[in-house]
Formats: sequence, C-alpha cells, structure tokens
Amino acid sequence: MIEPVLASRLQFALTTIVHIVFPVMSMGLAPFLVVFTWKEIRGGPPVYEQLRRFWTKIFAVSFVVGTVTGIVLEFEFGTNFAAFSTFAGELFGGPLAVEGMMAFMLEATFLGIFVFGRERVSDRLFFVSSLAVAAGTWLSAVWILIANSWMQTPRGYELVTEGGQTTVHLTDAFAAYLNPRFGFMYVHMQNAAVESVALFMAGVAAYYVFRHHVWGYPVQEVGFWETTLKIALVALVITAPLQVLHGDLYARHVFETQPQKFAAMEAVWETDSYVPEYIVAFPTSIADLTDPRAKELFGIGIPGGASWLASGGDPQATITGLNEFEDSPPVAIVFWSFRAMVGLGFWFILLGFWGVYRWWRGELLEDDLLHKALMVSTPLGILAVELGWIVTEVGRQPWVVQGVLKTSEGVSPGLTSAEATATLAGFVLVYAGLLSLYTYVVARIVRAGPPTRSELTAVTTGERAAPLPGAEAVDDD
Amino acid sequence: MTDGSLASGPLFGLPLAELWFALLFFIFGTFLFLDGFDFGAGALFATREDEAERETILAAIGPFWDGNEVWLVVFGGALFAAFPAAYAGLFSRHYLLMFAILGALLVRGLAPEMYEQRHDERWQRAWGVAFVVGSVTAPFFLGLFVANWLLGASSSVTLAGVVVGLAVVALTVVTGAAFLRLKIRGALRADLRRYGEYGVVAYLALVVVALGAIYATAPGVRADLVSLPTAGLVAVSVAAGGGYLLASRRDAVYAAFVLGGVLVYALVTLVAALLFPVVDPATGLTVRAAVVSPLPLNLMSIGAALLLPLVFSYFAVLYGAFSGPVEAGEAY
Repeated sequence: MIEPVLASRLQFALTTIVHIVFPVMSMGLAPFLVVFTWKEIRGGPPVYEQLRRFWTKIFAVSFVVGTVTGIVLEFEFGTNFAAFSTFAGELFGGPLAVEGMMAFMLEATFLGIFVFGRERVSDRLFFVSSLAVAAGTWLSAVWILIANSWMQTPRGYELVTEGGQTTVHLTDAFAAYLNPRFGFMYVHMQNAAVESVALFMAGVAAYYVFRHHVWGYPVQEVGFWETTLKIALVALVITAPLQVLHGDLYARHVFETQPQKFAAMEAVWETDSYVPEYIVAFPTSIADLTDPRAKELFGIGIPGGASWLASGGDPQATITGLNEFEDSPPVAIVFWSFRAMVGLGFWFILLGFWGVYRWWRGELLEDDLLHKALMVSTPLGILAVELGWIVTEVGRQPWVVQGVLKTSEGVSPGLTSAEATATLAGFVLVYAGLLSLYTYVVARIVRAGPPTRSELTAVTTGERAAPLPGAEAVDDD
Repeated sequence: MTDGSLASGPLFGLPLAELWFALLFFIFGTFLFLDGFDFGAGALFATREDEAERETILAAIGPFWDGNEVWLVVFGGALFAAFPAAYAGLFSRHYLLMFAILGALLVRGLAPEMYEQRHDERWQRAWGVAFVVGSVTAPFFLGLFVANWLLGASSSVTLAGVVVGLAVVALTVVTGAAFLRLKIRGALRADLRRYGEYGVVAYLALVVVALGAIYATAPGVRADLVSLPTAGLVAVSVAAGGGYLLASRRDAVYAAFVLGGVLVYALVTLVAALLFPVVDPATGLTVRAAVVSPLPLNLMSIGAALLLPLVFSYFAVLYGAFSGPVEAGEAY
C-alpha cells in the first residue's frame, strides 16, 4: 500500500506526463494543417491535399486520446486533491471552466467538420474549420497555462478564513490571470509544440527518404516524403533557435520569481556569487548516489556560467542557495531534467541548420548520416517537453501553490491508501496500454503512407467507393 | 467597470448563485441529451451483426461525439469554478466511481477510432465489444453518481443509485434510437423503432422504481419527493414518453428525438429541484454557502454569457453540416 499523498502525486504525474504528448501533437500539427488546407483549397499542388489528409489522420487520433486523458486531469483535482480544490478553486476553477467553453468546444465541434466533412461543406467552411480547430487548440493552452502560471507565481489574491476553512479569494483578476509567468510559459510551450512536431515530421520523412534514396528500395509517393522533410526542416530551423532564446529569458524570470526552483535547476546549495554552470555533476560519496537531495557535488562546469545566465550577463551575480529555504525539491531530478532539456535544445538547433545546409547544397536526399540523426530524433522533441515540465512541476515542490499551499496539504482528506493505490495501479496499466496503442496506431498510419495521387483524383471527380449495403436509399419503415 | 464594483456584489443584483446552480444542471442535461444519444448508439451497436450496419452506426455519431462529450468537461469546469467545495467533496467522496466513469468514457472514446484502424475480424470484434461496454457503463455510472449525489450517499453503490443508473442507460437507448433513425436509411430503422419504444417503457418503469427506492431508503429526500415539482416533472416525463411512442409509431422521427430530449431535461430538472437549495446533501452545503465570492462569480457570468451563445452556434454549424442521413461512402 502506498500512502495517499505519494500515490496521488505519482498518479497525477503519470496522468500529466502521458496526457501532454497528445496536446503537443495537436497544438504542433494545427498550424501545419491550416497551411496545407489553405494551399489545397486555393488549388495548390496535389501534394498539399496528401499532406492535409495524411497529417489529419494523426491529428485525429492524437485529439481523441488527448480528450479522454484530458477529462481525467480535470476530474483528478477533485478526486485526489480535494483540499487544494476547495482552497484554490475560486482562482483555479474559473480558467478551467472558460477553457472548456472558449477553447475545447471550438476545437471539438469544428474537428468533426474538419475530419469528416470535406465532401459535405464548402471549401470556405472547410478552411474556417481548420482555423477554428487550430484556434481552439492554442486557446486551450492559454487557459491551462493561466491556471498553471498562477500556481507558480500566485498574485491577485488574499487568504480568507471562514468557519475554520481557509480559502483563496480573488482580489485582482488582472494580476492573478495575466501574471508575467504566463507569457513566458505560453511562448515556450507553443513553440516547443511546433518544434516537436517538426522533429516528428522530419524523422518520419527521413526514414522514407533514406529508404528510397540511400538504400534504393522503391518507396511509393516518395515526393510526398521529400516535401514533408523540407517543410519540417523550415519549421525546425525557425523554432529551434527561438526555443533556446526565450528559454534563456524564461530561466532568468524563474531566477527572479522562484529562486528556490532556479537553485535546484543549478544544484546551488550555498548562496554564492560567480556560480559555475555545471555541464555534469555527481555526488562525491557512493551513498549519495541514490539521494536526489545529495549536497556534496563534484562537477565540471563553465566558471560563472550560472550567475551569468541568472542575471543576464553578469558572471559575478549572486545566486541564493537551497540552504536558505526551509524545504527543497528533489534536486537531482530537476538538475538533470534541466540539463537534458537544454542539451536537446541545442541538438535540435544543430539538426535544423545541418539539414538546411545540406538542402542548400543539394545534398539533402543523399546525406545518410543526417537521415539517421533525424530518425533518432523523431520523439526527442516530445521528450524535451516532458523534461521541461518535470523541471517546472518538480522544481516547485514541496509547494502546489508556490509559497502558499504545500502539495501534501492539498490531497483529499478522506482518501485511503487502498483506494489511492488501487487507482494508481489501474493508471499504470491503462496508461501503459494507451501509450502502446497510440504508438502502434501512429506507426500503422505512417507505414500505410499518404493517399496516392490516383486516390486524390477519385475524390475530386466525385467518384466514390461502392455504397454501403446498409445505407441504401430505402425509406419505407 | 472596475474590479472594485465587480467585487462589491453580484452583477445587476442578480441571484447569481442560483443561476449558476441552474446553469450547471442545464449543462449536465445538455451533455446527457447529446452524448446520451452517442451512448445509446453504442448500446444499439451491440444488436448489429452486419458489418455495413455497424459501420453506418459509427459514421452516424462520428462527427458529433467528441463535441458532445465536451459538455461534461464544461460541467466539471463550471462545478469547480462556481462551487469548488461541492466539486471537491463530491469527486473525492465517490473516488472509485469517478474513475469508473473516466474509464468507461476512455474506452468508449477510443473504441470507434481503433475499430477503424484495422479491418480484420478479431480486432474489430474486440473494439466493437469495447465500444458497447464503454457506451453502456458510462451512462450507468453517471446515473449512479447523480443519484448518490442527490441522496448524499457516502458509499458508491446504493440501491436507488443502481436503479437510476439503469434508467439512464434506458434513456440513452431512447434518444440513441431516435437519433440513428434520423441518420440511417434502410432496414435497420424498423429495429431501431422497436428498441426506442422498449427503451421508453423501460425508462418510465425504472423511474417509478427509483422514486420508490429513494422514498424507502432516503428519509432526507422523502419530504421533497412528495411535492408539486416532482409530480409535475413526473407528469411531463410520462407525457413525453407517451408522445415518443406515438411519434415513433407514426414515423415522426424528429418529434420523437425532441421528446427524448424532453425526457432527459425533465430528469435533470427533477434532480436539481430535489437538491435545491442544497448543492451537496452529504455535508448540507447550500448553494449560497458554496458559491465563490462576487468578483470571480461576476467574471465567470460575463464569460458564460458571451461564450455559451457562441458554443451553440458551433453546434448549429456542425449539426447543419451533417444534417440528413449518412451518405454512401461516409465512414468513421
């Protein structure tokens, strides 16, 4: 039996870690689909219809799995974190309700038209549907990140105690909901989604390009994959440098507003100036290897690097150490996740410029090492997003609302170990199955490839598959 | 308007706490009506062996179900936002039941998508079964949850709750059959008519049993049960059920569908009427005590007043685009 606090935290971590994969896919694909649809209805080359149809399949699967795992999140605040929900519901519930009405509704209704309605609606309404779906996915992130950013840097509230129950009361909506953290998070998240999808597209396309041009196996519709690769590289070379640039600004903002999290990201225990930026660091004693809070570290780093990052250019700047705070997050998890994320970020920049350089030299289709690097990197964008969220969420522990409410105080008071352990076990099983199933289905879609050019003509000239026997025009009952 | 005046009291002096309580049940009713017919379609899917008929049922709900399910998301969000203590209390008290609902919805949502991914028999049989199981258990657990909410039950399984769960399943068959008759031509329609009619009879019978069970087992609700609103809503339900049978027989499918909707909203209104002025009987928490302070309440009210009309326009566009029967060649 696992005690309710730990079980609830593990379960919520698992729910979010699995769920975020699907919004990343749908938010990242959405702008591509808008462009493909626009090109298609404006009579662009037929490859755009192929692109639209192929990537819509992956979007649709991601959206469905995102819906069913997203509802779980909304319910889990109540089931597992009832004390938090009662305490902070006045500020936290509103954004979730508005997200449902403003964003999710827009997305889910127009997705019906976008996925099923090509034959039924005009080109114009079809294009509007693609825009509405994209707007819905991106608005969804606005409200979710408004809610999350408030937990990171809470403002615009007061604590009120009535009848023994302390709750948060909203006093200034602008301060609470438009807090500066939101902007940093939103830009970083949305750009990451597009970058992750660009990496995904590039990796899948590189596989087919590699098969055809390097191995010499004939690949159907290889032109489709070549176009996909080029589109993905353009997106990657734009988003990858941006991600690191505003990531740097975001980290500086964290240093100013959540010094405890920043200290954990850099594993700084004693307040110091001229703090090095460790590339790697290890505990100095064997026993500390398994302790995520180990204090004695041996590291290799850039002198003054962390101070330089925190202050935006001053290697002498002082960083407040973790010893100044009462509690600290598990430092190793935050420290390593941050390093891995940043490392991946630089790797993506390298990949983007490498690909574009080869393309410019006319060698894009022959560079097998580039193809392999892209294939390996297919899921790494999503991995980087996961690592970033681990830094964000583990880094603010032990607080659920930074400096206001501890995570352990937010768990449902009536929850028993038996219940919490049972659902946690269920989650591990169901979500492992869900991820496998999603991977399997996406792999099948990729293996089947895009619709061929001849299938496209059949659609545009109005020919259809044989009518379904159950749907004959009989109207006599 | 400044934050100051928005914070001082309810907007225009409106009884916003009561209005949000009503809105909450309206949202839940809309979910139960719209996603309810998807659940019903899933239950009716079980009666079909023919591959083409199964595909047609999936194609009929394909463009709609996801949007319909979002009403449940909005319900959860609205309950959380307007009455956070009620949201927290209810969801944590019925902990395992909430995950049962989520599990059923997960299976139901995933199944049609998976069903279409492969066309071999074993795969489709397995996901077909999953679709039916998810579509039947989701409304059952939802009915159980709502009944437990109303009774202030501390355990997740109650006699009245089980009967209400079964009644809600029957209700989804009523609306599901009417919806599919609107969307499907061909021999299947005659069977759908029968199932819809059986559904109405079963639903009304189960409601009577449920009221009896509540009367017998829940002394707290007994006084409210023998009242004018209850009698009125039961009368409306009986009239709508009778109307459904008549319309169904005369092949007035659209009228039958609307009357199915009346049954759903009557049921949800009955629950709301029995609850009011309490929002969580288990703790005796009233609507007035549970509601958030004026500033967030006013902001949310403005948001909902602006957004809900837009939401209805999206649904109008969606249902307009797919009006009429499923066409040959359309698949999930």
